[in-house]
Amino acid sequence: MKSVIKGNSAVAHGVRLARAQVIAAYPITPQTSIIEDLASFVAQGQLRATFVKVESEHSALAACIGAASAGARVFTATSAQGLALMHELIHWAAGARLPIVLADVNRAMAPGWSIWTDQNDTLSQRDTGWMQVYCASSQEVLDSVVQAYKVSEKVLLPTMIVLDAFFLSHTHEVVDIPEQELVDRFLPPLDLPLKLDIQRPGAFGNLVFPDRYMEFRYKIELAHREALEVWRQVDEEWGRLTGRSYGLVDSYKVEDADTVLLTAGTPASTARVAVDRLREEGLAVGVVRLRVFRPFPGADLARVLAGRRRVVVLDRNCSYGHHGIFHQETKSALYDLPERRRPQLVGVIAGLGGRDITAGDIAAILRKASHGELAPVSWWNVLQPEEELEAAVACK
Amino acid sequence: MSVELATYDPQNLHLPEEDLLRSGHLACPGCGAALGMRLALKALGPKTIVVIPACCWAVINGPYPFHALGVPVLQVAFETAAVSAAGIRAALAMQGRDDVAVLAWAGDGGTFDIGFQSLSGAVERNEDIIYVCYDNEAYMNTGIQRSSATPFGAWTTTTPEPNIKPEPKKNMVEILAEHRIPYAATASIAFPEDFVRKLQKARSIKGTKFIHLWISCPAGHKSEERLSVHIARLAVETGVFPLYEVEYGTKYTINHEPAFLDVTEYLKLQGRFRHLTPEDVDFIRRSVAWEWERLRAKAAMGSSLPPPPSPPRRLAMAVSWLGE
Repeated sequence: MKSVIKGNSAVAHGVRLARAQVIAAYPITPQTSIIEDLASFVAQGQLRATFVKVESEHSALAACIGAASAGARVFTATSAQGLALMHELIHWAAGARLPIVLADVNRAMAPGWSIWTDQNDTLSQRDTGWMQVYCASSQEVLDSVVQAYKVSEKVLLPTMIVLDAFFLSHTHEVVDIPEQELVDRFLPPLDLPLKLDIQRPGAFGNLVFPDRYMEFRYKIELAHREALEVWRQVDEEWGRLTGRSYGLVDSYKVEDADTVLLTAGTPASTARVAVDRLREEGLAVGVVRLRVFRPFPGADLARVLAGRRRVVVLDRNCSYGHHGIFHQETKSALYDLPERRRPQLVGVIAGLGGRDITAGDIAAILRKASHGELAPVSWWNVLQPEEELEAAVACK
Repeated sequence: MSVELATYDPQNLHLPEEDLLRSGHLACPGCGAALGMRLALKALGPKTIVVIPACCWAVINGPYPFHALGVPVLQVAFETAAVSAAGIRAALAMQGRDDVAVLAWAGDGGTFDIGFQSLSGAVERNEDIIYVCYDNEAYMNTGIQRSSATPFGAWTTTTPEPNIKPEPKKNMVEILAEHRIPYAATASIAFPEDFVRKLQKARSIKGTKFIHLWISCPAGHKSEERLSVHIARLAVETGVFPLYEVEYGTKYTINHEPAFLDVTEYLKLQGRFRHLTPEDVDFIRRSVAWEWERLRAKAAMGSSLPPPPSPPRRLAMAVSWLGE
C-alpha cells in the first residue's frame, strides 16, 4: 500500500513488518519518532513485541543483547550521542555475533550541540564489526530494515541502517508499504543456532585467552566476507518480490562519465539532479552511491570507477588529521587498479552539522573537478577562522 | 578464634541437595562468592539463567571453553547486569516462558557504582528479575580498589594508609527500598538457610527482587581463608551487617537478632582494618548502634502504616509493585 510517510516512519514500518519481538530504546532527536511509532504499534496491537523503555541508550543496546542472546528478534534506534554512548556495546553485539538491527539517524556530534545531519556518528563505529547501510530514500529505508534482518540472521552480524537527519528522517515521501504476508514469505521467524537455553546450559562471553581470541575475531572477518554475497542475494530476492533492489553500490549515468561524484546518503539523490543539469551543459558526469559500507564492496567500487578520469568523493564527515572517510576508503579500493585505469581522486568535505548540500553546490563541485580545479582535499563552502571570528563579533 | 559462636552442624543444614556449581571453577580458596553462587543455585535450581557482568565471577566460571555452572550463563558488560537480565526476561516473555528465573549476579562495583544507573532503571520498571549483589566491599577482581561499598576505615590499594576511606558504605538496600521494589533483602554466606529461603521467596514474587549478599574475600580483606564463614557470621553478630528484608519499601522484617558482640571481634580478623585507632573503632561502634536504631525505627514506621493504595485493575499488571 502506498503511503506518504516520513523516513522515521519507514523505519518503524520495516520493524513492524519484520515482526521484531523485543524493542529497547531511548529517545533522542532526530530518532525519537521511530520509537514513538513503534510504541504506538505495540499499544494498538499492530506489533506483538515487548518494548523495554530503558533509561539510556547504553541500556537500550544491553537489553537488546540480552534479548537476542535468548533468541528474540530485536530492534533499537538512536542518533549521535546515543550511538556514542552505546559504543562499548556496539563492539559487544558484534563480538557476541548477535543479529541485532539498529537504525541510526545520522546526527552531528557535540559540542557545540547540533541536531542536524552528518555521518561522523556512524563512521566512528566503522571498526566494530557491524554492517552499515546508508540509505537515500524512505522507501530504501523500509526495504533495508527488512533486508537487514535477513542478512544479519544469516551471517550472525548486527546491522546499522543509516538515514540522514531531517533530509530523510523527517521528510515525507511516497513509500510502498508491503503486505505482511509478503514480508513473512521473505523473512522466516528467527531460529538462532545457539542461545541461552536451560536444556543446553552453555556459557556465553567467557574469558578467552590469547590462544583463542584471535580465532573468534577471524570468524567475524569471515562472516563479513560472506555477507557481501549475502547482501547481493537478499537484495535481489527482495527485488523479485517487490520490484525494488538497490545493489551494494548504486550508480547513475556512470557508463560514459568522465568525472564521477561518489557519496553516501541523501546527497547522492541531490547529485542526480546536478548531474542531469551538467549533462545538459555537455559535461560527462555521473554519481556513484555507496550503499553498503560494511562489508566494504571494494571490488564493486573499483569495477564501476575503473577507467573514469576523475572521481570526487563528497564526504559529510571527516577523520580529523587525515581526510574524509569515504575518500580514504575509496582510495584503498582503487589502489589495486592498473595505473592507466585508475582515476584521479579528490575529496571534498561538505555539509557537516546539517549544512545544506544543494544541487548547485554539487554542480559547482563537479564543474570545478571536471576542469581539474579542485585541490586533492578541500572543505566546501567554509569560512576561514578569522572570517568566522569576524562574523561572530559582528553579531554582538 | 577468640569468640565461639553457635556453629551450624552440617548434618542439620536444611538445603537442597542438588549442586549446580561444579568442581574446577577458578575461585580463590575461601572465596565467599563461590559459596554464594553454590547456595543461590541450590535455591533456584536448573531452570535459571545467570547474567554475570565484569566481576570476580566473570573469571570464576572458567575461561572458554569451560563452564563451571549447570545453568546457562551470559557474561555482559560491567554496567549492564540488571538491564541485560531484563532483556532476557523480555525475550522469554515473548517465547511464553514464565518458568525460568533470570538471575543477575554482580559484585559491589557493578551494583553500587558503575551498574547503578541500569539497576535503578530496571527496578523502576519493575523488571521481573532476581538481582544478587555479592558484596566483598571493594574492586577485588582488579586487585582491591575502593568502591562505594567499601566501609569506613578500610584499607584498599586506592585508600592506602594514612588515606584510609573516610566515607561510610553506601546503603544499597535502603536506596532500592525507596524505589518501592517488591522485595529487597540482605543475606550472608554464614546464614545459608536464610539466604536460600530469601531466594526462593524472591522467585515467588513477580517484579524486581534484590538481595545484598555479604561475602568474605580473604585476598582483599587480608583474612585467613579458613575463617571466611566465621568472619561473615561475625559481620552479622556484631551488628555491622544486619539481616533483614523490605517489601514494597515499607514492610521491614529483621530476620536475625544479633548477639551484638563488640565490633573489634569482627575487625581484628581482617588485615584491611589493622591500622584503625581506638578512636576509629569507637566511631564504627557508635555508627553500628546508630544504624540499628535507624533500622528499628524504619521497621516500626513500616508496621504502623496502612497498606499502599491498590492501582486500577487494568494497570495492576504494569504496576504490580503497588501490591496485589
